Amino acid sequence: MSYLYSKKTLVILGFVILLVMPFVLAPFNLNLLGRFLAYAILALGIGVLWGYAGILSLGHGIFFGFGAYAMAMYLTLQSGGIPDFMGWNGITELPWFWAIFSNPIVAIVLAIAVPMLFAGILGYFTFRNRITGVYFTILTQALVIVVTTLIISQQQYTGGTNGITGFDTIFGYSLNSVTTQQMIYWTTVIFLGLVFLICYKLVNSRFGKVLIAIRDGENRTRFLGYNTSVYQVIVYSFSAGVAGLAGMLFVLQVGIITPSMMGIVPSIEMVLWVAIGGRGTLIGPVIGALITNGASTWFSQTYPDAWLFFIGLVFVLVVVFMPKGIMGIIATIQARRRAKKYGKDRKEETKLYNSSSI
Amino acid sequence: MKKYKWGIALFSAAFILSACATGEEAADTGFGEASAGEDEQSESAEDNEEVVVDEDSIPVGLLHSLSGTMAISETSVRDAVMLAIDEINEDGGVLGKEIVPIVEDGASDEPVFSERASKLLQQDDVAAIFGTWTSASRQAVLPVVEEHNGLLFYPVQYEGMESSPNIFYNGAAPNQQIVPAVEWLFDNVGDSFFLLGSDYVFPRTANQIIQAQLDDLGGEVVREEYTPMGHTDYNTIISHIRDTDPDVIFNTLNGDSNVAFFNQLADAGITSDDVTVLSVSVAEEEIRGIGAEVLEGHLASWNYYQTTDTPENETFVSNFKEAYGEDRVTGDPIEAAYFMVYLWAQAVEEAGSTETDAVREAAAGITFDAPNGPVEIDGDNQHVYKTVRIGEVQSDGQFEEVWNSGEPVKPDPFLENYDWAEAIQ
Repeated sequence: MSYLYSKKTLVILGFVILLVMPFVLAPFNLNLLGRFLAYAILALGIGVLWGYAGILSLGHGIFFGFGAYAMAMYLTLQSGGIPDFMGWNGITELPWFWAIFSNPIVAIVLAIAVPMLFAGILGYFTFRNRITGVYFTILTQALVIVVTTLIISQQQYTGGTNGITGFDTIFGYSLNSVTTQQMIYWTTVIFLGLVFLICYKLVNSRFGKVLIAIRDGENRTRFLGYNTSVYQVIVYSFSAGVAGLAGMLFVLQVGIITPSMMGIVPSIEMVLWVAIGGRGTLIGPVIGALITNGASTWFSQTYPDAWLFFIGLVFVLVVVFMPKGIMGIIATIQARRRAKKYGKDRKEETKLYNSSSI
Repeated sequence: MKKYKWGIALFSAAFILSACATGEEAADTGFGEASAGEDEQSESAEDNEEVVVDEDSIPVGLLHSLSGTMAISETSVRDAVMLAIDEINEDGGVLGKEIVPIVEDGASDEPVFSERASKLLQQDDVAAIFGTWTSASRQAVLPVVEEHNGLLFYPVQYEGMESSPNIFYNGAAPNQQIVPAVEWLFDNVGDSFFLLGSDYVFPRTANQIIQAQLDDLGGEVVREEYTPMGHTDYNTIISHIRDTDPDVIFNTLNGDSNVAFFNQLADAGITSDDVTVLSVSVAEEEIRGIGAEVLEGHLASWNYYQTTDTPENETFVSNFKEAYGEDRVTGDPIEAAYFMVYLWAQAVEEAGSTETDAVREAAAGITFDAPNGPVEIDGDNQHVYKTVRIGEVQSDGQFEEVWNSGEPVKPDPFLENYDWAEAIQ
């Protein structure tokens, strides 16, 4: 019990540290941290999906991208008139599917609702037909190719490979001013906290126990009378909605969204953050997203010619020596210490899953 | 046990912080002062030039993809910028100060480009950024340089339709590469065009321009095809080429796809005698990858070739080879990257300061004898007057010029002086 208690304190402490960061960091670094936190929100969604329900999606880039595009479309429209790429592609009137994004509330709702709905429909047809495991993963990859190709080919409506950029105000405030960026940062931290809380409640509920049961033995769970596909559809849809939210927060801090930011490679990277942080935990994905992105940035700024080798090395080391990620290592060490203290021979395996509530 | 957990937490927090806070001190010390952050960085970065910024030096940013798909092209461009900086420093620098390059990797990834541009402007306080290649990466940097009133010098030909007060465009605008090439092909080769491009903004926009221009000239587009970036199977396209039997293939493919396309075209027995391919993204560097034997007789449209016959080019080519190796070749973007540093340096000398507004004002009308011939910055749109050249690939992998515009062409990024381009503007 004291163990759980201290872990909770740690999470709250981390949250408080994040909240005071604007008073500590320079604007540029704050913006960087804000981006990573948006990624962390995304990683949480994938963490629940993969770590708890055992569904590996290599296609979360499109949900993230949809949220980002929705926000970018709203920002473009309220920065003034018809986007310039439409002009030089011969389109003079705003198409209806752009026009609806001129209302911020509609844009924000759609940014989350559309990925959820899309994932829900896709999930319904796949999980109901018991397409799971590697087949589902391949399907999500194919989906990424389809969506990015579509966006690139519909240049006149989407901006093609250049994506959408060049917006500078939100609700009438300059998007790049220090105060606005601080507000966006705090919004991101608060949403991270909220999503973390929701995920925590979710995985510790009865629903969460069933998810873990599906992960560890889908057929057994089905024979026990649970309709597993319903659970899978719901968690997949939830995770897509979280990705859409992360995309919105991301675009506010980066100021550009292009198809290459939601393609295959970024979609795989997202899963890597979870793997590095530790799947089957909630702190893991957050830490994984922060550390991986922080390390990439730091290495590539310090060694612009050789940074990829370092990152590659880190990935290899993680895969070889820490298959359960950073949280796995911590759990192992705790198990050993506890074994030493109480003389009990506890195995890492049970420890990790027992502590998987957070 | 508890103590240990705290240790881990502190460690990871410290790690994240240090990742975010590299060179933070530099931001705090403000303008022109020696900055501890950068000194630290230079100590650890062995393969970087020593980065020490004080009153006697002017920091500039070099922002190119040194990793990822664009690295192969952008690394050469970075080399050319370095060469120009070294030459200028040897001649006493700018305003009597040494130019100090700060190299950042854009990693072929747009958010990284925008992030590094902010870093260069906010933390390193650079006088100018030389960099980017793809339109997407330029557009990622654009809002950043506009917000912080910085300067970006862009070295590559592009699709036009843009004119930011904070960007100097040193590559060709469409009217300095595509439009004259179409006109020349129509007059000298034939009137039926097959348009083939990679699926991204430049080919799609270029092909819109070509379509409008051919409508006006009375030519015909027999087919328009796009393949995804990195596509390598061109057999279907080649059978379309056979079916439609065009006079000209206007090729806007980018990168690796060119290797596959030209080799498969040669394998299919279609040579430059059967159909002329004119490419706008194949320069000397790419010929090395594709193979001169399959490209021989095909055309390209650029503003510069390694064989361009000017005294300045002779010096440039020999200096470039001396610095980076005999086997290296120059090419249009490499040359643009080289002369744009000189244009910036002259503008700074003229302005007497590196302050953006002063440099911008002084830059209008600045001329320089570049390897491709005389260039001049057009004050209206911050593009560059350049000579247009059509070249034919020779068996040694070099170009032989078959036509040039005779004098530098005024840049017209929005094609305002062409009536047929009204729908595109």
